[in-house]
Amino acid sequence: MEHITRAPIDLTRLLTAVAGPGRGGTALFVGSVRRGDEDGPVARIDYHAYDDMLEAEVGRILDEARAQWPGTGIAAQHRLGTVPAGEASIAVAAAAPHRAEAFTACRYVIEQAKQRLPVWKREILDDGTAQWRDNPGDRVASEGDPWH
Amino acid sequence: MRVHCRLFARYAEVLGTEELALDLPERSRVADAIARVRAALPNGHLLPEHPLVALNRAHVLPSRPLRDGDELAFLPPLAGG
Repeated sequence: MEHITRAPIDLTRLLTAVAGPGRGGTALFVGSVRRGDEDGPVARIDYHAYDDMLEAEVGRILDEARAQWPGTGIAAQHRLGTVPAGEASIAVAAAAPHRAEAFTACRYVIEQAKQRLPVWKREILDDGTAQWRDNPGDRVASEGDPWH
Repeated sequence: MRVHCRLFARYAEVLGTEELALDLPERSRVADAIARVRAALPNGHLLPEHPLVALNRAHVLPSRPLRDGDELAFLPPLAGG
């Protein structure tokens, strides 16, 4: 399935994409826009991306996970555009023969996604003020990075 | 050689453009392109000396050699998820 959507993420579709008769455990991670923040109540976030690279990078992360946990079904989708507080901006589903691999693969994908996806968010507060917001722990390229 | 540069989010705002073409000498590296953009563009000095960069839609280090027709992207601190 496609890795980018500008509509609300369809979790049922994501779960269907990873399901299989040999997969007895499914883990689902959903990341949503938080209402609260230190600078005031967040009304919505506008997600911007380098679309072509985002598609490619999600694909690379999923390929890495499938190579590490063979037989696991994994899918991920990132929402772009305006996402109101409380709605999902990213979702990852992993289905494996047993729950341990499902949880581990799902965790791997979301952690890599937070570190590597070329996405930027502009937070809009209730009072209309807007600002670019980074994830905690800015990414700095280094020789040790596995994707170089 | 000619390299197509793309800028995103706050970098695009600060530099006032989302794309530009750079003509660079043969055997240039990503670091040379970064230095050129920082020196040549108005507000270019506001870019970090070592920004995250992607070459042809994949993360790379500044030591990576460039080729004619490459797409070089300057990535502000990432905020996906």
